[in-house]
Amino acid sequence: MGNKRIDEPTGTEFVGHEWDGIEELNTPLPRWWLWTFYATVVWAIGYVILFPAWPLIEKGTEGVLGWTSRGQLAEEMAVADQARATVREEIARIPLERLSENAPLMQQAVAGGRAAFQIHCIQCHGSGAAGSQELGYPNLNDDDWLWGGDIRAIEYTLTHGIRQPGDNQTRFSVMPAFEGILSQPEVNSVVDHVRSLSGLGEPNAAGAAVFEQNCAVCHGPNGEGMREFGAPDLADAIWLRGSSREAITAQILNPKMGMMPKWEGRLDPVTISMLAAYVHSLGGGEDFIEVAEDPEVEVDEQP
Amino acid sequence: MNSPDPKLHHSLLGTYEARRTVHPKRIDGFFRRFKWLIMLVTLAIYYGTPWIRWDRGPYAPDQAVLVDLANRRFYMFNIEIWPHEFYFVAGLLIMAGVGLFLVTSMVGRAWCGYACPQTVWTDLFQHVDRFVDGDRNKRMKLDAAPWTASKIARRLFKWTIYLVIAFWTGGAWIMYFADAPTLVRDFWSLEAPFVAYATVGILTATTFIFGGFMREQVCIYMCPWPRIQTAMMDEKSLTVTYKDWRGEPRGSLKKAEKNPGEFGDCIDCNQCVAVCPTGWDIRKGPDISCITCALCIDACDRVMDEVGRPRGLIDYLTLEDSEGEIRGQDHRPTWKKVLRPRSVLYFFVWAGIGLGLLFALSARTHTEISAAPDRNPPYMLMSDGEVRNNFTVKLRNMEARPREMRVGIEGLTGAVMWSDTMSGDDAARTIDVPVPADATQTVRLYVRAPQGTAAQDFSLSVVSLDEQAETDAVEVRFVTPGDE
Repeated sequence: MGNKRIDEPTGTEFVGHEWDGIEELNTPLPRWWLWTFYATVVWAIGYVILFPAWPLIEKGTEGVLGWTSRGQLAEEMAVADQARATVREEIARIPLERLSENAPLMQQAVAGGRAAFQIHCIQCHGSGAAGSQELGYPNLNDDDWLWGGDIRAIEYTLTHGIRQPGDNQTRFSVMPAFEGILSQPEVNSVVDHVRSLSGLGEPNAAGAAVFEQNCAVCHGPNGEGMREFGAPDLADAIWLRGSSREAITAQILNPKMGMMPKWEGRLDPVTISMLAAYVHSLGGGEDFIEVAEDPEVEVDEQP
Repeated sequence: MNSPDPKLHHSLLGTYEARRTVHPKRIDGFFRRFKWLIMLVTLAIYYGTPWIRWDRGPYAPDQAVLVDLANRRFYMFNIEIWPHEFYFVAGLLIMAGVGLFLVTSMVGRAWCGYACPQTVWTDLFQHVDRFVDGDRNKRMKLDAAPWTASKIARRLFKWTIYLVIAFWTGGAWIMYFADAPTLVRDFWSLEAPFVAYATVGILTATTFIFGGFMREQVCIYMCPWPRIQTAMMDEKSLTVTYKDWRGEPRGSLKKAEKNPGEFGDCIDCNQCVAVCPTGWDIRKGPDISCITCALCIDACDRVMDEVGRPRGLIDYLTLEDSEGEIRGQDHRPTWKKVLRPRSVLYFFVWAGIGLGLLFALSARTHTEISAAPDRNPPYMLMSDGEVRNNFTVKLRNMEARPREMRVGIEGLTGAVMWSDTMSGDDAARTIDVPVPADATQTVRLYVRAPQGTAAQDFSLSVVSLDEQAETDAVEVRFVTPGDE
């Protein structure tokens, strides 16, 4: 090179570009830098060929490998399902009332039940299972159970529902409407009596008499309720549809009765068991009293 | 104005510079021996640490230094750190950062010159070069030689040694993350987790490339630290300095003989450049390429001894002292250079964080409670008019043995509680919970207070039922209807 010129202070060669007297010195980047850049280009080309990359009008390019994020999700879900399969088998094998003896399995069941609850139950009972007094959906956290609060009773309610048409095993009862049957003073006095059972009002003899004739058959002589009919305990602090005079009057004259769909056939038995375990675990669950019939023991009964 | 250089424009490659391979010459001297020592110590620490055993009893690993990612524990001798105590690690990292500032302020780029892994491994690989191919001149000759069978064989041999070192480096890294003896067995029986092989593969590749081939290019082009350091150096920072006022104009011994008095002390023997591991010419002044390893000082001192001139033509010097020396002043003592307000300030910050961490470490207990109240619903009215609140309580047992812990209600008169693993009939003011060794036990607590209890704050306490009787408590709120 004949015209190689060196910048004196830095000892660096000129490139030969000049703008208004300002010249560019040749301080080149390292060549491996360039190779790195080419490597990223090659990588990008490979990536575009192998994976979905270019957005088109209808859909994007699909890539040779056929990878999709949905496909990956489905695969991971399948793996997770497989991992759950053994737990579900175990839950299916153990009698539900014995589940609490196996703490880790119980925890799995409660967790599974919580997940199912968030999908199928929160529409009425709320995400915290606290229900709604306004709409008459019971709070599942407390110790007040209309139809029974041991794990088997909960499972039965879940399986067959409450007042579910078309299921002859469903929990069923009807409270008659007393509009036209009881006179206004009778209604007033029985409302007072009912409120007095939990200390809200003054007891009165007239009301007590009306109660004994019309209500005690289902709600019990002391208003303690009867779970066979889902008749609520009237002597406790919990009022599903309100404790005001107006609310109780309305409920006597024209009672509202709750309905819960049956889950048999819509959810598999294991999911129902897990739901029962979850609801039972919310803090108000009752102990299962009746001794479970152990299938292995049953065989031995034959002489 | 000259015409554009046609050679530069006929190919794109021409605008990029091919790496000029550095072939540092063997040298011996004070700083070279110091570098050997540092290399020995740092490599010994790196390779040896995972193999130190440390007995922690039957419930904890017996590896002195272990980053147990799977179980989220960090073990360092008798210190065990849980994820919620990560501020200890953050503190250590901050100390490392401030430590670098401190070192830079006192002795300049000492980290770059001696202790940086890139420097240590580059040095190691350069020794391999010397071992296989001979010293500088032989290597340069071989580099320029055509690819004969013997050169290929030599290169394959050298790269194999590179690869062994690189593999060993990657292999040592994973030992910090699992029980080392077990992992070695699993690794060779192909039973180790995939991530172990992937990590070894990646680190083998980076060590092979960075140590074997990229070398000084990493320091000059890739590493951010030299850039930060150029901003941190000031006129009081020690750095390797060529005393141009003494050395210039440079001239060979012959020239100096012919024209006595015309030349400086530098005899232009180029030894300082020949020994430089990054190929820099220190006589051009300090540069990002100069990692201040001081090998040029060793080289120059040796030459000065040979030609009978005073040592220290290249020396560790601050800019301030350089200017003082030019003016003919005496050097200040070294301790004065090193101990200056900036360094002292860094030291106090560094030591302050260290002491704070030590204090926190000694003051921490191995028993902790935390509680999260249920917010949906915030309270439950029970059929007898009592109110129940639910809490998810976590009990931490940070001892390497199972312990029984007693959880109690402090305040909240008349309240009792039970847990998810017991019957509500057994509700009491205190509950004993067994907590496994080195674990967190989650307990659902149902706290029931009598009718008419006002909403109020109360505490859930924990005491370990052993001779330590460690305690902790957490304040929570008892919510009642109307208080939301």
